[in-house]
Amino acid sequence: MYKIIAKRLLAPNIYLMDVAAPRVAKAANPGQFVIVKMDEKGERIPLTICDYDKTAGTVTIVFQTVGCSTKKMALMEAGDNFSDFVGPLGQPSELVEEDLEALKKKNIMFVAGGVGAAPVYPQVKWLHEHGIDADAIVGCKSKDYLLLEKEMKLVTGNLYVATDDGSYGYKGFVTDLLKDLIEKEGKKYDLVVAIGPMIMMKFIAQLTKNYGIKTIVSMNPVMVDGTGMCGGCRLTVGGVTKFACVDGPEFDGHLVDFDEAMRRSTQYQTEEGRVEIERQKKAEGHVCNLGLGE
Amino acid sequence: METKKRVPVKEQAPEIRRSNFDEVCLGYSESEAVAEAERCLHCKKPMCVTQCPVSINIPEFIEHVKNSEFEEAARVIAESSSLPAVCGRVCPQESQCEELCVLGKKGDAVAIGKLERFVADWSRENNIDLSQTLPKNGRKVAVIGAGPSGLSCAGDLAKLGYDVTIFEALHKAGGVLVYGIPEFRLPKDTVVQHEVDNVKALGVKIETNVIIGRTVTLDELMHQEGFEAVFIGSGAGLPMFMNIPGENSNGVFSANEFLTRNNLMKAFKEGYDTPIRAGKKVAVVGGGNVAMDAARTALRLGAEVHIVYRRSQAELPARAEEVHHAIEEGIIFDLLCNPVEILADEKGWVKGIKCIRMELGEPDASGRRRPVEIPGSEFVIDVDTVIMSLGTSPNPLISSTTPGLESNRKGCLIAEEETGETTLDGVFAGGDAVTGAATVILAMGAGKKAARAIDDYLKK
Ligand SMILES: Cc1cc2nc3c(=O)[nH]c(=O)nc-3n(C[C@H](O)[C@H](O)[C@H](O)COP(=O)(O)OP(=O)(O)OC[C@H]3O[C@@H](n4cnc5c(N)ncnc54)[C@H](O)[C@@H]3O)c2cc1C
Ligand SMILES: Cc1cc2nc3c(=O)[nH]c(=O)nc-3n(C[C@H](O)[C@H](O)[C@H](O)COP(=O)(O)OP(=O)(O)OC[C@H]3O[C@@H](n4cnc5c(N)ncnc54)[C@H](O)[C@@H]3O)c2cc1C
Ligand code: SF4
Ligand code: SF4
Ligand code: FES
Ligand SMILES: [Mg+2]
Repeated sequence: MYKIIAKRLLAPNIYLMDVAAPRVAKAANPGQFVIVKMDEKGERIPLTICDYDKTAGTVTIVFQTVGCSTKKMALMEAGDNFSDFVGPLGQPSELVEEDLEALKKKNIMFVAGGVGAAPVYPQVKWLHEHGIDADAIVGCKSKDYLLLEKEMKLVTGNLYVATDDGSYGYKGFVTDLLKDLIEKEGKKYDLVVAIGPMIMMKFIAQLTKNYGIKTIVSMNPVMVDGTGMCGGCRLTVGGVTKFACVDGPEFDGHLVDFDEAMRRSTQYQTEEGRVEIERQKKAEGHVCNLGLGE
Repeated sequence: METKKRVPVKEQAPEIRRSNFDEVCLGYSESEAVAEAERCLHCKKPMCVTQCPVSINIPEFIEHVKNSEFEEAARVIAESSSLPAVCGRVCPQESQCEELCVLGKKGDAVAIGKLERFVADWSRENNIDLSQTLPKNGRKVAVIGAGPSGLSCAGDLAKLGYDVTIFEALHKAGGVLVYGIPEFRLPKDTVVQHEVDNVKALGVKIETNVIIGRTVTLDELMHQEGFEAVFIGSGAGLPMFMNIPGENSNGVFSANEFLTRNNLMKAFKEGYDTPIRAGKKVAVVGGGNVAMDAARTALRLGAEVHIVYRRSQAELPARAEEVHHAIEEGIIFDLLCNPVEILADEKGWVKGIKCIRMELGEPDASGRRRPVEIPGSEFVIDVDTVIMSLGTSPNPLISSTTPGLESNRKGCLIAEEETGETTLDGVFAGGDAVTGAATVILAMGAGKKAARAIDDYLKK
């Protein structure tokens, strides 16, 4: 059992939890993820490690409610337990392994979309603690959905906010903002790290390709085991099939086949899939008691 | 002539079982078991025993069954095997213990597997306690993986007095027994869980959700956590794909994914949250036990199922009994054809599988006649789901994070056959991680041999 030590509402439908998992906390590095399971009947849900405290033995996760499992998870409170919490999974972020002196010479830009701000934070923090101040763009629907602004300000060189409705910071998409920074303000970046919805990462990668800026993206395909055993998380990267859970989750954004990845992530959700799932659930008398999707 | 024929075993009728996940074979009753046991000649030089990888004293346990001494029979089996209810169900008996049974020369071999299953089930139902261990010696041994090899190695070491902890990556112990082999062949809550509980009753600790190479490394186990020896029984869990066009289309799954969703995550059961997609018409590519299991699972989820295999029925690597059951249940066998492409609709979902017909040519190195393509014979089977069941290989997670631990070209750990000793001092390995995908009983045998070798090593 893995106890929820603290729970916080960060923005509408976005929750943060600190979970007691000493072995995971001890081994965790930025860029890695965990898989959690609520109880006997629960799904295995992959979530990025957003922070960890090796002394306290806790791992921080941040999640957005999008479907059956995440909605159930939102009902869990401090003091409740996950039946399973496994990790750290995947490869640590390349940054952690790179030579520090070389890193210090680089201008780094992080681009986060929506709940992606949460996994970006530990990477920026890690760099800050090692004497490197990266810039970051955080994009979200509106001011209410902005995550971890105070925390981010403390560890970034420049923090830029973009909101879809212009209620705070720049009005528009993160891609537009990045383009303006580079073209209008003459910013130069050697590396872009983009974490967020696949569609956002796709457009960031398209943009940075024009400028020849190396771009890392963090892929989140549908997973089951997270150890290389099911192949459900496979992606095409540079024409080769990769398993995101063991080869990634971070990849060179200019090599990822985003269209295939986005299509595959709907596998248990498209009309055909959903009809099939519904049919089978009906046959079994199982209907998600929280309602599917919105 | 009745002694030439074995006592038939009751099974669920094919037309009923094809839509449920209950066990197909119902096992012998006491009187049926005694009647079958009476056929055994109690040979002086029992050939059956030579073919059992864990050398169960077969004539001895059968003699007890003959005399209705079922508890004694269970004790005889327990001397050699810690998973009899599993092996009695899934061992390829026809090519092991039963293959050389003298009765097999002129009639049916004794149904050794079915008798073993009967004894194991009887002893579970009657709560027979078979846990006998030597006094604890306080020395710590780690076992990686809670599959058959790890469980039997751990069980044997615990019996010798060692303080054993199994580290398991998944949230449940059992390895392929819980995530791969379906409920209708091997019930999870009764049979598998009970065998796992028996190992725990010997004092073995099982830590789930620990991935060696990620959560903690093998070196840390030995140098920080005080384990004096390690057994690696991590299996061969990596699925292979064909690398043909269209393989990443929506609706193409590995058998591992499909079976894991169904068996480990219980997608077929009411109230469980993990989704599964069986589609209406499925092609399962491959001809082994795994392919049969995937096919029969998809059938039970309501699909029409085709097995696509490139050789003929005679070469199917699956157990004869499984093929027989699959045919009875209405699985369609498209033999001598090989997929060349998976076709997708405009939205990227599978709409068909293009195959080429094959014929059998000259025997290859394995002695089986090699399939060769018939030029121009391509055709399409309309399906909306494809399940790839082409075999698996060992996961490199442990070898790639353990300096000095060597594996061969195929990714299998290098280990001595008789002892399981690897290229690292104090580290032993066995089961599918060493041999590549094989069988439950071979994995168990390897775990037992390694337990003996670890005991010798630690006594030095
Ligand atoms: C490596 C990785 C890291 C992730 N990190 C985060 C994170 O930090 N915060 C966060 O909110 N979300 C994260 N996700 C996504 C999160 O796992 C899904 O939102 C969640 O599983 C949805 O479950 P559901 O039952 O609520 O929704 P569902 O209704 O079942 O699905 C909604 C959508 O979520 C995705 N999804 C569903 N099941 C899975 C699955 N088993 N694995 C991956 N995606 C799935 C699919 O795209 C699906 O269309 C991450 C995913 C991956 C693979
Ligand atoms: C669908 C299917 C049907 C089969 N049918 C039959 C049959 O009818 N008869 C038969 O004899 N055989 C059958 N087999 C083969 C048989 O199940 C295997 O040969 C046997 O399970 C191998 O045992 P093992 O202990 O070596 O490995 P496994 O059973 O694979 O167990 C390995 C365990 O180690 C864990 N693990 C892996 N890596 C790590 C790590 N880094 N850290 C911690 N834990 C780890 C895994 O999660 C797993 O639980 C079948 C296999 C499959 C897939
Ligand atoms: S363990 Fe397998 S091979 Fe040995 S006697 Fe039992 S069924 Fe036969
Ligand atoms: S070979 Fe057959 S008849 Fe002889 S002891 Fe073994 S099971 Fe009995
Ligand atoms: S999640 Fe199963 S192989 Fe990646
Ligand atoms: Mg879900």
